[in-house]
Amino acid sequence: MSGPLVRVRGLAVDFGAPAVRGVSFDVERGQVVAIVGESGSGKSVTARTLVGLAGETARIRADELTFDGIDLTGLGRRWRELRGRRIGLVVQDALGSLDPLRRVGAEVAEALREHRIVPRAAVGETVLDLLAQAGIPEPAVRARQYPHQLSGGLRQRALIAAALAAGPDLLIADEPTTALDATVQRQVLALLRERAAAGTAVLLISHDLAAVAELADHVHVMRDGVFVEEGPPSQVLAAPRHPYTRALLAAIPTAATRGRSLSGTIPSLDEPGGRPEPGREVVAVRGVAKAFRIRGRAPITAARDVSFTVRAGETLGIVGESGSGKTTVGRMLLGLVAPDTGTVAFDGQDWAALRGKERRAARRRVQMIYQDPLSSFDPRYTARQVVAEPAGHARVPELLGLVGLDEATVDRPARELSGGQRQRLAIARALAAEPEVIVCDEPVSALDVSIQAQVLDVLVDVQRRLGVAYVFISHDLGVVHHVADRVLVMRDGEVVESGDVTEVFARPRHWYTRELIAAAPGRAVAGAAG
Amino acid sequence: MTIGLQQPETVPAAAPRPRRGGAFARVVAVRLAGSVGVLWGAVTATFFLVHAMPGKTVDVLLARSQATPAVRDRIIAEYGLDGSLLDQYLTYLGRLLTGDLGDSFVLRRPVWDAIGGQLPATLALVAATLVLTVVASVVLAVIGAQRRPWVRSLFSSVEALVVAVPPFWLGLLLLSVFSFSLHWFPAIGTSSLDGLVLPAIALAAHPIAVVTRVLRDGLLRVLDEPFVLSARARGVGETDLRARHVLRHAVLPVTALLGWITGSLIGGAVIIEIVFSRPGIGRLVLSAVQNKDMPLVIGVVLLAAAVFVVVNIAVDALAWLADPRTRGQA
Amino acid sequence: MTPPNVALPLPEAVVAPARPRRLGFAIALGVLVLLALAAAFPQLFTGTDPDAADLGATLAPPGADHWFGTDQNGRDLYARVVHGVRPSLLIGLGATALALVGGILLGTLAAQSGKVVDQLVSRLLDVLLAVPGLLLVFLVAAVMGASGFTAVIGLAVGALPGFARVARAEVLRLRGSAFVEAAHGLGWSRARVVFGHIVPNALPPVFALGTVSLGAMVVASSSLSFVGLGPKPPTAEWGAMLAAGRDFLSIAWWPAVFPGLAITAAVLAITVVGGRVQSGIERRGR
Repeated sequence: MSGPLVRVRGLAVDFGAPAVRGVSFDVERGQVVAIVGESGSGKSVTARTLVGLAGETARIRADELTFDGIDLTGLGRRWRELRGRRIGLVVQDALGSLDPLRRVGAEVAEALREHRIVPRAAVGETVLDLLAQAGIPEPAVRARQYPHQLSGGLRQRALIAAALAAGPDLLIADEPTTALDATVQRQVLALLRERAAAGTAVLLISHDLAAVAELADHVHVMRDGVFVEEGPPSQVLAAPRHPYTRALLAAIPTAATRGRSLSGTIPSLDEPGGRPEPGREVVAVRGVAKAFRIRGRAPITAARDVSFTVRAGETLGIVGESGSGKTTVGRMLLGLVAPDTGTVAFDGQDWAALRGKERRAARRRVQMIYQDPLSSFDPRYTARQVVAEPAGHARVPELLGLVGLDEATVDRPARELSGGQRQRLAIARALAAEPEVIVCDEPVSALDVSIQAQVLDVLVDVQRRLGVAYVFISHDLGVVHHVADRVLVMRDGEVVESGDVTEVFARPRHWYTRELIAAAPGRAVAGAAG
Repeated sequence: MTIGLQQPETVPAAAPRPRRGGAFARVVAVRLAGSVGVLWGAVTATFFLVHAMPGKTVDVLLARSQATPAVRDRIIAEYGLDGSLLDQYLTYLGRLLTGDLGDSFVLRRPVWDAIGGQLPATLALVAATLVLTVVASVVLAVIGAQRRPWVRSLFSSVEALVVAVPPFWLGLLLLSVFSFSLHWFPAIGTSSLDGLVLPAIALAAHPIAVVTRVLRDGLLRVLDEPFVLSARARGVGETDLRARHVLRHAVLPVTALLGWITGSLIGGAVIIEIVFSRPGIGRLVLSAVQNKDMPLVIGVVLLAAAVFVVVNIAVDALAWLADPRTRGQA
Repeated sequence: MTPPNVALPLPEAVVAPARPRRLGFAIALGVLVLLALAAAFPQLFTGTDPDAADLGATLAPPGADHWFGTDQNGRDLYARVVHGVRPSLLIGLGATALALVGGILLGTLAAQSGKVVDQLVSRLLDVLLAVPGLLLVFLVAAVMGASGFTAVIGLAVGALPGFARVARAEVLRLRGSAFVEAAHGLGWSRARVVFGHIVPNALPPVFALGTVSLGAMVVASSSLSFVGLGPKPPTAEWGAMLAAGRDFLSIAWWPAVFPGLAITAAVLAITVVGGRVQSGIERRGR
């Protein structure tokens, strides 16, 4: 059969309000086609329409919507012959996407049984083959386990194995690497590339332009239900034609964006008087260690012999993957976790020696910004109350102005603010206590790229004006490279490497740092933009 | 989306595969030990309740009924009432451990005899009600688990209405219509199957409404879960989907309710037995309360607590088997 | 990590019929207002003495003279239903209030005072939970004698563990939440954090449970009166009136119907309004 496997012309989907407003694209066999966009762009709805799972309330119109010559509009019950058998779907949130009450093997076997791909007796063996092909070690053990017993990366692989079980011609992967560590993310993407090389067509949905650029043959940039730009990734990255693509690319923090505004709203740090000089040493951490003991399990070492200092007005980045201990170190700075050994001192004053009133007063000197800012606000409070509690009502306008929150939001409940507004509010609240250090724990990890750019700009701007120091914890090397002056690389509770951020990332000495850098998805963008 | 969920990414491959039989036995053993604690607590509480009551303990036990001095002396000797409080407590515990609930001096017979005679009728009612509840609510929930607005409104309105009707009044209405007007069922309770129908319906109405509600919500909620999307994407049909994935999830919260329902049925059965003039522990315990027949009241209370405890162990064991996620914590 | 994808809109929010619910809520609220008025000023609704027996008109059917008919003593059933509002609802209300206050105190105490107290309180609650609510009332009635007061005490003790558990779980959850951590981070004292942040946020779910259990309490209290463990006659209590009606069921249906309708209407109104209050509280907490 000639012609593309998937052919879409003028597809429109609405749920009362339009979600997709006329998109056209093709997917060829053996090709990886990516649709990239931010939240609400309509990219997931587009993908799910191709398996007939956009939802009961979706109204779908299209000039043409065919898969291998089959008209997908008005397919009705015949959808079941295509789903799983000829079109596989992998969705994000691998924990929720595998049935928690069934063994992993049973989930992978489901498509095999449903479509009678192999004889009943051969199902078990085929499942093990599929798991092994998806890069899962010890498939016989894993097949008998339940999803909650697997790590995020393994769950995502199992999900891919289940989607590929019946040997579909088209694999749709909707954010398949979201919430995975960079090294794991890279492995999962390589797995998809491998399948494409073997002849499967892959439609990849992602928010991450940089990550898909290395993988896709063709990229569509989606915004508000339409494609604003398309082309081979090299072209889209190097010579974006649409202003939205350009803004999106400019918003990605990398080594090359250091000192520049990501959202174009603040002056560059390279201008005269831009970059503040680091001041005196405010925090000294000396040889701290911490192990958590859970009854009936081996103790987990969250920190081992960690030492560093933070100086006024500088940003110290801490990078590492899940479980590396970077969050525990942040919580020690706040005095929320007491180290087993070693000291955490402010201006030479040991946290552990402080009691009662003194300790409470010291708390205001170090504040925290969380990944999920909403959970850090009292659920009853409006934006004004959140800031007024530590600052008093008189200083509210000044603080909100500093983070760029306008008057209109001030008397709304904090939970009604957008993700970006919430994080601005969290920054304002932290500043209200007039701290010397702010610990930022993955502050932009849950935000879209363009919102992330604005929040990072606010952080940089605030630091330049007030001279506050940041301890910036993140799994994202690009973000850390953009904001940090110095960096600690952590792995399994230990600092494996530290130093000037440009120095460490340009000439990593430790193998683990090199691995992290190799896995980071920003390189193509950095190359294209720089 | 997992925001701020920090969990170790590496889970050892071989570790979480304990011998299932052993782990299950351990879970039951732990719960059993806890239940013994609960029963001991209940026994201790009732003991001190009797001793805190005004008057001499021997009079409390005799329910101020006229007893010959000889009987008084026998009770004092039997319960060790002339000893210290600790001695009395230990004697009381010892008697209970041998299954002796004491004597009802109002009925002039052992408590265990009095209860044992009436227990089968009550158990039959409770069992019939439980079966009716499970069957009716599963059927109704599967029918009602639809997104069509009028179906949802209808079901939630009827559920709210049924919960607002007192069971004893429902019993009266059923009696009035089906016994006195239509003469379909006997008006005075008998132990025959005929006599069981109306009381079981009256007693089951509340739990049916509650369980249907929980099950219906569960079914609708589970249908929104991401794993349902991925199962559908594998080509699984809607019937298989419900049988293989959805129902199991929706039933989990119901098993947790089952213990509570059984407990409340024992209390409810007492009332319903009065309405239908049925034999059973209802009339027994009620007259005991009115006569202040403490040994008998306490006997029924402890028995109900024991049933509750046993049912809950069964429920926990069921949940353990049904949900692998709870097994890590045992 | 990114925000979740375009979530497929939940039909629940889109399709939910707003108007019938609003109408039902308005009716329920109206019924509650009428009940409150009748409880406070029964004379507003009837001039007839609920206890005036008319032996010439026993078990008279409903009609113009007696809207709901008369009972076996010839007392006007409408007047008795109206005057019965206060005793019939007061027991459930009192028991709920008592259980609510006790549960909040006990639950907060358990969550805030360390392991030993927590274990002690939790085990005590386990024991109470093991005895079905109605049997607890029997126990109390056997000790103190049957009356409206013992019904309140018994029902409250039976409902207390539920409230205490919710209160305890809420306080524990809030203690570990990020906003409480942030409040400590601002240097506030323990008392300020507990009374300024934890307690105000822990109360709404407990109150929500209270509004929902109030209906069940009214049903339970009427059941107790029905079997003679409530207020003593001649108090016009709905459950007790139904018990009297039961004896004449074969010859007169009305004494066994109108008080039951009153209970059902009252409980339904409480449930509808309570459900609205609960979902309001829940939505505010998200």
